[in-house]
Amino acid sequence: MKKLVNDPADVISDALLGFAAAHPEVRVDHEHRVVVRGDAPVRGKVGLVSGGGSGHEPLHAGFVGPGMLDAACAGEIFTSPVPDQMVAATRAVDGGAGVLHIVKNYTGDVMNFEMAAELAEAGTGVSVTAVVTDDDVAVQDSLYTAGRRGVGVTVLVEKLAGAAAEQGRPLAGVADVARKVNANGRSMGVALTSCTVPAAGKPTFDLPPGEMEVGIGIHGEPGRRRVPVAPASEIADMLVSPILADLDYTGSPVIAFVNGMGATPLIELYVMFHEVGHLLAKAGVPVARSLVGPYITSLDMAGCSVTLLRADEELLRLWDAPVRTPALRWGV
Amino acid sequence: MDTAALSAWVREFARLVRENRELLTDLDAAIGDGDHGLNMDRGLTAVTAALDAHPPDSPSALFKLAGMTLISKVGGASGPLYGTAFLRMAAAADTVVDAPGFAKVLRAGLDGVAARGKATPGDKTMLDALSPAVDALDDALTAGEPFAGALAAAVQAAEEGREATIPLVARKGRASYLGERSAGHADPGATSVTLLLTAAAATLTGP
Repeated sequence: MKKLVNDPADVISDALLGFAAAHPEVRVDHEHRVVVRGDAPVRGKVGLVSGGGSGHEPLHAGFVGPGMLDAACAGEIFTSPVPDQMVAATRAVDGGAGVLHIVKNYTGDVMNFEMAAELAEAGTGVSVTAVVTDDDVAVQDSLYTAGRRGVGVTVLVEKLAGAAAEQGRPLAGVADVARKVNANGRSMGVALTSCTVPAAGKPTFDLPPGEMEVGIGIHGEPGRRRVPVAPASEIADMLVSPILADLDYTGSPVIAFVNGMGATPLIELYVMFHEVGHLLAKAGVPVARSLVGPYITSLDMAGCSVTLLRADEELLRLWDAPVRTPALRWGV
Repeated sequence: MDTAALSAWVREFARLVRENRELLTDLDAAIGDGDHGLNMDRGLTAVTAALDAHPPDSPSALFKLAGMTLISKVGGASGPLYGTAFLRMAAAADTVVDAPGFAKVLRAGLDGVAARGKATPGDKTMLDALSPAVDALDDALTAGEPFAGALAAAVQAAEEGREATIPLVARKGRASYLGERSAGHADPGATSVTLLLTAAAATLTGP
């Protein structure tokens, strides 16, 4: 294993020290491993809290700031944070208008956020609503699984619900935006390599040089099937087709998001974006907005995911609203 | 069994998890995300430290300390599941735990896991080892087996339950995302909870 780390056990604490130094506009609670917007709690504004296992950077801490999240909890690598962290984050951002928890649909994340919401509400009376994201079309039969995983759409939920909260909408309204984004977004990912968890020191799964995993999540878990490596045009089709088959996008403008998994260079993501755009044009789906880059990653995994969000006028306005965070910044 | 005996059980569980850390992590890498051994070891190391720092004065306080520490330190799904199990055990524990009392405590833990995880036996989870073990313990004690023999029966049932998860297709947790590919591997949670029973048989000698 070759990594830029000291003791693998300290990687999260060390990274948070660097994050705090690089971004003095946010506050870092090192004890709880919670990153909080510098001016939190914002009086009268709904607070947005997310969090999850580390290893997906910039998600979630990179999205803390005006127009997006109020706080993010950093768990161990690929492991849900614990309720204590979520309670600390919820208290830190409670401006009197309630707090929205944005939770990716993984068994551990859902259970820990449930416990945290119970503890926070019982402790301080803050009103908490949770929205669970589950956009990964690779998980097909939700009757026999833990349900679809929350992946790329989480970034879009954090941006769009964050914009809604910044406009002063009440908790129910902000939660509605988050649910609407989740309901209208779908994702699919592919891995060209596994990733290596620093504390484990070896790749999470074996992937022979000529093969790739289609339908991966973001925690180094293997995908649904293994196929020979193919040209970008064919890979794009493997990702876009199941999304279009799952939700009717015909004629509806989309926000198209091509995400890097951590080790794939931007030049390849743009190759993919071109192929995705080509497929969408053929399917009669106009691209209204775009996002290309590594925003929800899986450590040093190579590969990408595609997220398509059906966006009406309201969502496009929220998308264009100003955002000022370490990882996403425009209109300011 | 008093607080000291039950503390020895929890410490032995921590030791066994440490000893089997790589195995648990490898099992989890096959069908999950490869962190079960690391997370459980981190949580149980914290439990051992907490027992050293604040020696509990009752079985209930012991289980509560273990449960709260696991919830605060483990994360993932294992933290809430094991944490809830120990908190329910705390609520069910008397001042001195006799053999039927131990069976009652373990069943309370089982019910906590089922309630928090919403799984049922056959989903390829820790319930598949814990549930038959608790049943075997009850049955053996009801049949008049001595405590040591009843614990041995519980360990055997847990091991059989663990082995029986190998061909199962997971329906809960991250392993469920693999579909048919989750078959052919023992469930990591069923494996770690078998260690909890093994630790009991190694340390608890009865009332």
